[in-house]
Amino acid sequence: MATPRVDDWSWFLALALGVSFLKCILINTYHSTDFEVHRNWLAIAHSFPVSKWYHENTSEWTLDYPPLFAWFEYGLSHVAQHFDKEMLVVQNLNYTSPATVLFQRLSVIVTDMVFIYAVKECCRSVREEKGSKDLLGHPFFILAALLLWNFGLLIVDHIHFQYNGFLFGILLLSVARHLQGRHLEGALLFAVLLNLKHIYLYIAPAYGIFLLRSYCFTEDNTDGSVRWSSFSPLRLVALGSIVISVCALSFGPFIAMGQLPQVLSRLFPFKRGLCHAYWAPNVWALYNMVDKALSVLGVRLKLLDVAKLPKASMTGGLVQEFQHSILPSVSPSITLICTLLSIMPAVLSIWHRPRGARGFLRCLVVCALGSFMFGWHVHEKAIIMAILPFSILAVESREDAGIFLMLTTTGHYSLFPLLFTAAELPIKVLLMLLFTLYSFTSLKKLFRGSILNPLETTYLLGLVAVEILCEVVYPLSPWQHTLPFVPLLVTSVYCSLGVSYSFIRLYVSLLRQDGTDKHKQL
Amino acid sequence: MENWSLVSICVLLGLTARWAVSLNSYSGAGKPPMFGDYEAQRHWQEVTYNLPVHEWYFNTTDNNLNYWGLDYPPLTAYHSLLCAHVAKLINPDWVELHASRGHESYGHKLFMRATVLVADLLIYIPAVVLYSFYISEGSNKKKVCTVLCILLYPGLILIDYGHFQYNSISLGLALWGVVGLGLGWDVLGSLAFVLSLNYKQMELYHSLPFFCYLLGKCFKQGLAGRGLFLLVKIAVTVLVTFALCWLPFLSDPGQVLQVVHRLFPVGRGLFEDKVANTWCSLNVLIKIKTILSTDTQLYFSLTTTLLAILPSSIKLLMKPTLWQFKLALVNSSLAFFLFSFQVHEKSILLPALPVCLLLNDLPLPAIWFLHASTFSMLPLFLKDGLLVPCVVTSLAFLFFAVYLLSALEHCSEDKLRLGPYRRLLICMPHMDLGRVTKWKFYFSITAMAGLSFMSVALAPPAQLPDLFPLLVSVFSYLHFLGLLLYFNMVQIAEPPQSVRKNQKKSN
Repeated sequence: MATPRVDDWSWFLALALGVSFLKCILINTYHSTDFEVHRNWLAIAHSFPVSKWYHENTSEWTLDYPPLFAWFEYGLSHVAQHFDKEMLVVQNLNYTSPATVLFQRLSVIVTDMVFIYAVKECCRSVREEKGSKDLLGHPFFILAALLLWNFGLLIVDHIHFQYNGFLFGILLLSVARHLQGRHLEGALLFAVLLNLKHIYLYIAPAYGIFLLRSYCFTEDNTDGSVRWSSFSPLRLVALGSIVISVCALSFGPFIAMGQLPQVLSRLFPFKRGLCHAYWAPNVWALYNMVDKALSVLGVRLKLLDVAKLPKASMTGGLVQEFQHSILPSVSPSITLICTLLSIMPAVLSIWHRPRGARGFLRCLVVCALGSFMFGWHVHEKAIIMAILPFSILAVESREDAGIFLMLTTTGHYSLFPLLFTAAELPIKVLLMLLFTLYSFTSLKKLFRGSILNPLETTYLLGLVAVEILCEVVYPLSPWQHTLPFVPLLVTSVYCSLGVSYSFIRLYVSLLRQDGTDKHKQL
Repeated sequence: MENWSLVSICVLLGLTARWAVSLNSYSGAGKPPMFGDYEAQRHWQEVTYNLPVHEWYFNTTDNNLNYWGLDYPPLTAYHSLLCAHVAKLINPDWVELHASRGHESYGHKLFMRATVLVADLLIYIPAVVLYSFYISEGSNKKKVCTVLCILLYPGLILIDYGHFQYNSISLGLALWGVVGLGLGWDVLGSLAFVLSLNYKQMELYHSLPFFCYLLGKCFKQGLAGRGLFLLVKIAVTVLVTFALCWLPFLSDPGQVLQVVHRLFPVGRGLFEDKVANTWCSLNVLIKIKTILSTDTQLYFSLTTTLLAILPSSIKLLMKPTLWQFKLALVNSSLAFFLFSFQVHEKSILLPALPVCLLLNDLPLPAIWFLHASTFSMLPLFLKDGLLVPCVVTSLAFLFFAVYLLSALEHCSEDKLRLGPYRRLLICMPHMDLGRVTKWKFYFSITAMAGLSFMSVALAPPAQLPDLFPLLVSVFSYLHFLGLLLYFNMVQIAEPPQSVRKNQKKSN
């Protein structure tokens, strides 16, 4: 920090190396069953021919990512055999030798290089205000810190264990390419990403419409609407061939072997319930809560008969199906319709009035957040898909910074139940404080003044109270044994208020931009 | 960004690193019958909680001194008692007399680690922040960088949170002493230092500079007037603090003698294991341990130690400034480490603390020393199963300290104060000592990396099972000896013009 020049990137190296050291020091922390999931996939990809990959079911953690990810595991397994050959045996369930842990952890840390490179590209595409400030006050520095040191990514990848780092790296790189006007590269990267993990289908509408509207149509009318005559078939063909060839590369062999239905049944298991074991803080958490409250109220007021109520057990982890007692039950198709409805206005808005790559980015965030709010069996981890791309917008406008702070703080807090072991409690609290403190002070400095209104601040401070209540006070109380799920429920419901609020504000900002555009034209 | 938020971020980073290291193994984990320092600390809780004060330091049927008998001063014992009371509240099994011996569990480890963190947070970390902000010089950014670098020093983190000890308490109290003296609050400073001395007798390594600085200050103010008043004030503070700390033992001279006997176990020999000091290194060439009798060893080491600390102490006595004081702390503690009797490898933390305080003034030598000090404890970390955290924290410290303090840019001859060496090198007037130092630094870092790799990956030859630990300690010893000479040279030589001006300004 001894005044390095702004144009050299040594500060970026320092940030990236710093977080890599942090990741390395977390190697011996707790890891979830996802660790075993990935070890098993490593073993499957290594020990079986391609035709068996999606049929293998020795372990309950069958391969349920698209083929490119299986190939990624296949590549990793060639390095893994130099660490410990035993981890590549499918029958070695729950195998965790020190060498295995070291290898798996290091594989996440090393593949995060993609993420680091993508962050660098994003920082280069950030709009810069004129004026010489010190390094710490530059938007690109803040963006780099917010992305590289993102709390959610750190605990999900490097403690809980997953490979989100390099996947989000590809996503951010694709976004950066669009910001830089290199649309074909962006499309290629996204196609690859979809074939690595299909959860990114949620944001595919934003990509599809944006590329169609802003890439395939080369000109706009003076009022910003689409000029149909400027359609370029050549561009559409180029796009189409990129996407199709990537998919062919990935799914082609399975189609040739006639295994497509089997692969798809693995990728989209609709047998799971509406909410994940721990409720992600979305609309359905609120819906479940209201249902529960109504049934309790009904029983108290003697309007309902306890015996006639379905056994709405909410004992956390074990439940797959949550039966509603008062409100109508929700089916996968309803969640799909809700999701589509929720993202429709945003998608239409970039069709009617595309605002370049930044409009696309906003639409992408809305898609990610909309599917998080209304999707079927959403994991709390999916909030990161909205938070990371949103960081880019947050360093460019004050309003977005406000929404970003609300969204990240509640979203990140909602990840706390992922790490439930006592030894990791200080780590998650410290890292959360670190990230939150940095994001608040740096954005406040960047936009010169406070960003949140008193109500929002009070809500966020409430998170502290919730944390103390759930992890300190409640475990000491007698209810811990009779009603152990209450802290999870409180966390989830409290956070879903904040996430919903951010979602609504994001929508308002998007529609208001539409409004001001129209106003200008009049 | 404002200073407070940057400092908080540094402190949070330091705490995160500490807790992450603490998730690893500790000394003697799962190794009955003796276990390690972790069990020693737990055992002291058990003893102090269950036995009356006058039995703590005595061998009784309930207190087997051969099994981790208490051999630290009373404050450590009181601290153990305090921890034991908390432990009793959480789980009485942890401090049950006899029955709890060798107790190990997930919850207990968590509790022990938490006690270290609390002590660190209350004592060491505030002292570091205060020191960097109120005593060291430079821009605010530089101060923040200093805080981060001191907090990330791997040696202390690995010993306290990995191996398991409470060095942050004794070192933190000593640092409070430095802060007190630096701010001109001599009485409070000496109070803090006496507490530190009563927590761990190894703080004696630092005591002579404290004594000389305060005495020199009294002389300077005139022993006839204000100086005498100051001297009396300090003397009374020291005596009263000592008396309060030792109060339960003062009723019986036998008690006091027994405690002193426990604190200074003369019978244990010149050195144990492999330690990077003169005697262990010399032992490779001459088997001093067998040639000389224990008494001769004792007098021999005492004389050499005194000789080694004499120049810096006299200089400090004549010129009691803060700059001299900091250097004297380094020189005295390092001389003790290299020459005194019964030194442990962990005692390198005592010189490391004052060297941390020099990070801002002499970045490259300080970083070099701190890195070498961590490296010198490598065999211990390997034994404790702390390889990964040791490598990661060392690399992180090396990178961040060099980067944030721009250590490699500030190494001209003038900045490194190599003037005295220049006079020795009349025959080679064109040699750029700054550049030579830099190359030596690169070479030494590479050699340490190589030695670390060999210690981890290669099996030692059958007839020399201790080859790698010995190489590590001899190699570190060479660093310590060279840096002892260097720091002495810097202290004895007058500071260059620029520094003197700065000192006047700050005064």
